[in-house]
Amino acid sequence: MSGTIAIKNGYVFDPLNEINGDKMDIFIRNGKVVTELSASEMKDAKEIDATGKTVMPGGVDSHSHVAGAKVNGGRMMRPEDHYKFYQKKTPITHSGCGYTVPSVYLGGYEYSKMGYTTVFEAAVPPMEARHTHEEMRSTPMLDMGGYLVLGNNWFLMRYFKEGNIEKAAAYVAWMLKTHKTYGIKCVNPAGVENWGWGENVGALDQANIHFEVTPEDIINGLAELNEMLGIPMPVHLHANNLGHPGCWEITRDSLKIPKNIRARPNTNVEWAETKMNPLRHESIYLTHCQFNAFGGTSWRDFESGVKGITDYVNAQDHIVMDSGCVPFGEATVMTGDGPAIHDLYVLTGHKWSNTDVECECGSGVLPFTYLKNNPVHSVQWAMGLEVLLYVKDAWKSIMTTDSPNGGPFIKYPQVIAWLMSNKARQDTFEECHKWAQDRSGLAAETREMTLNEIAIVTRANAARTIGMSHCKGTLAVGADGDVAIYDIDPKALEVSDYESIIRAFENAAYTIKDGQVVSQKGEIVAIPEKKTYYTDIAISADDEKNMLEDVRNWFKYYTIGFNNYPTPEKYLANPTPIRIDAEV
Amino acid sequence: MVYKNIICPVCGAACDDVQVDLDTINRTIDVQNACKMGNAKFQEVVSSHRIVRPTIRENGKVKDVSWDEALEMAADILVKSRRPLFFLGSETSCEAQEVGLHIAEYLGGVADSNATICHGPTVMGIQESGMVGATAGQTKNRADMIVYWGVNALESMPRHMSRYGVFPRGYWTKRGRFDRTLITVDPRRTPTATASDLHLQINPNTDYELLSALFTILNGKEPHTSIEDITGIPISVMKQMVEMMKESNYVGIFVGLGVSSSYGKHRNIEMALNFVKEMNNYTKCNIGALRGHCNVAGFNQLASYLYGYPFGVDFMKGYPRYNPGETTTVDLLREKDVDAAFVMSADLVNHIPADSAKYLTEIPMICLDIAPCPSTTAADVVLPGVIDAMECDGTFYRLDNVPVHFEPFTDSPFPETKSNEETLKMLFEKVKAKKEA
Repeated sequence: MSGTIAIKNGYVFDPLNEINGDKMDIFIRNGKVVTELSASEMKDAKEIDATGKTVMPGGVDSHSHVAGAKVNGGRMMRPEDHYKFYQKKTPITHSGCGYTVPSVYLGGYEYSKMGYTTVFEAAVPPMEARHTHEEMRSTPMLDMGGYLVLGNNWFLMRYFKEGNIEKAAAYVAWMLKTHKTYGIKCVNPAGVENWGWGENVGALDQANIHFEVTPEDIINGLAELNEMLGIPMPVHLHANNLGHPGCWEITRDSLKIPKNIRARPNTNVEWAETKMNPLRHESIYLTHCQFNAFGGTSWRDFESGVKGITDYVNAQDHIVMDSGCVPFGEATVMTGDGPAIHDLYVLTGHKWSNTDVECECGSGVLPFTYLKNNPVHSVQWAMGLEVLLYVKDAWKSIMTTDSPNGGPFIKYPQVIAWLMSNKARQDTFEECHKWAQDRSGLAAETREMTLNEIAIVTRANAARTIGMSHCKGTLAVGADGDVAIYDIDPKALEVSDYESIIRAFENAAYTIKDGQVVSQKGEIVAIPEKKTYYTDIAISADDEKNMLEDVRNWFKYYTIGFNNYPTPEKYLANPTPIRIDAEV
Repeated sequence: MVYKNIICPVCGAACDDVQVDLDTINRTIDVQNACKMGNAKFQEVVSSHRIVRPTIRENGKVKDVSWDEALEMAADILVKSRRPLFFLGSETSCEAQEVGLHIAEYLGGVADSNATICHGPTVMGIQESGMVGATAGQTKNRADMIVYWGVNALESMPRHMSRYGVFPRGYWTKRGRFDRTLITVDPRRTPTATASDLHLQINPNTDYELLSALFTILNGKEPHTSIEDITGIPISVMKQMVEMMKESNYVGIFVGLGVSSSYGKHRNIEMALNFVKEMNNYTKCNIGALRGHCNVAGFNQLASYLYGYPFGVDFMKGYPRYNPGETTTVDLLREKDVDAAFVMSADLVNHIPADSAKYLTEIPMICLDIAPCPSTTAADVVLPGVIDAMECDGTFYRLDNVPVHFEPFTDSPFPETKSNEETLKMLFEKVKAKKEA
């Protein structure tokens, strides 16, 4: 029977279900986790002996640049990234190439080999959502969704200026549905619009050109309407001033803005039976904290500013963040923050691509190499790990490399090793520039994450944060049958032998999606069906009509007609709307 | 019946405001809003010179056959070939091109598209230097200076100036043309040049030199005086142009094949892109290419995201390879490195050097097209094409790489197939069946 499987005797880590390395069996029937299989079902079911192995829910990446116009811009401009890293076709898989910006087939396979089953694209420009969806549709092995970039949207900035939060909410509800996207992404609020004139903003209370709204107005407005609408995930913030020495302060101050906004996710779905409350209580999800935590005042006195942020995060309950770790080596920086990439161009002189999107947002792409002997890069490496290790409660953090900004996602096993093993960190200190020790506090940090904590920061919390824990990031009854089985015996694990951790997480012994073994020890063995999630918010017809009148009036500033603007469902693989009845 | 908001399937402008009135009984079509190129193509849907039946060439004679026979023979040719070339032309949808790429991968052939003979050097320039661009609406709303370089937009993309470049009344350009300064760089005195505020009539094939000189001036240095003789432009005019750009609030530069296909090729583009990058230290400046066909940008996007490279994708080794000059159409044909060809929605024979074209006519060739052309005449199998954006739905990528979804206003005239995508899928099934037999 397809999608029916029994995983016997593994050490299970299912943090949302408060299972911490217990030896137990997991049963999946027709793609969903169940308490047990009947004797007759067992006869047909595939049985996996996971004795001495670690069993976790399938990996969930809540922030990765894997599909869309700027990712493809990176692919197109970087043949040098591709020719050394390729994969031949097999009877069931396509060929592909690309190290930091892999082609979609290769990207899907590589994620699956590491035990990941769900990946959310970090930034979808509305006008180019069709492109993002085309790429997600072609990405195999993964359930996906994308966050709509709304932090510099003309319509929203006008509504915020007028103080018309209801219409802004109606607009966002309409946009998420129109472009089949999942949540709100806010990139360098107010700054990217200024980039339309080659400028940026530098402070939270600095109004931008013409629209005269401040970053604070936008963060506050988006966070407020996010909860009015009951969107599954908090506002996903890429804070201002990214990549500038001293930016940690503006980041901390940005996090203060939505402090008093109560999270009200209102997802109308059937929830897996987890022991923990799977609902988020955070009103803001900060992304790639490391890039937003630079200390000092110039590159000369550059230092880690992570502690200033993590101290605040530790003291508050409304924030969750992902790390944006830097594992050294090749990367391609890409973001909706056009001016930040321009600054990197000025700094490095590398080839630089930029695409501003009319009335909506912008983006930039630039190849980058993080070197161990570069002082700043070494500190960035330490900072990415500080973000995760300084936050006391693992439920406030998520592990990412902001792939491919800090490094490609295939480096996750290396990051896990640094988190789990102090020896791994100390060995890297030996190899990298001494600034890593002098300008960060990582050298003195002795915390070593447990497998349970790793399960939190790589799947359980990623799923919970974005409101997907009703089916992802847990092995509770009713959840999707997505499982990763790693060759790690928790009873015999020596974290000082970190190479074995890297090996185990690089190629899962088994990756199971919807109850079907899809990859095994680094080999793709089946191509499963995939789903694309988006948020479908029902708002009152009157509100929508009033708001659309404004939108139609202003559509003349686009170069595409109103009727040709939406993203039809045909661009999605198995479109799966998450329905929400908004309270507005 | 009248249909509105139809996407025009001719050039890269992808105008989405075309209105057509199709009279199926009298077989006439009335088209509003389209330019003369657009209008001409919309007439194809009722024209009498459409290819309506599949044909094959047998012992030198062309004969009508059923779709099934034609597809059988096409599959035979492809399966017998050791290294087939798939020229997936730009006048059809991404969806059809995707199937073509899959067949090429499956058979270990080479997939290429029109960029290889038009803006390929532009893409290679981007690979050298990156491209600072924007969607078309940015120039519409913000640009107070437009530069057309090596392109006669008024005739090659007639609505570019009115929709995106010069005349549109955008948010900060409410007076349209009056709010904009227009510079044209072109060796010819074209209508576009005539309409400009400043025309730099450079000597042919000196784009690289002129761009270098402008770059030098931008960096505050004095170019060598010999540049005046080489390019035919006085240094004072070059300085004037750089000053005008620096003083503008937003500069939009549009390049055409005059830059990417004159001497210097991708190096010209690289220099232009570097100039634009540097100009952004003074004012906002973007650059974009005027892409000729409706979906020539689409193949670059599609091939990049599926396989990593924008054109000239060689699957011979089982994984994608890309080496312009080796894995690109003209070179493969000139070197006789392929032994069969599948040509879709592009008149390849007419657009490549004579030696390459000659070899192409010597090897077995399958052609999928809507109307007779030199390529279909030379083909061994001809499959009738369905006209995208008129008879089937799909996706084009606009000149600024914005994907446009199009819906048809009428149906495919062939009961056997709904679209080129479907034709290719049928072909792929037959290829697989033969290969695995």
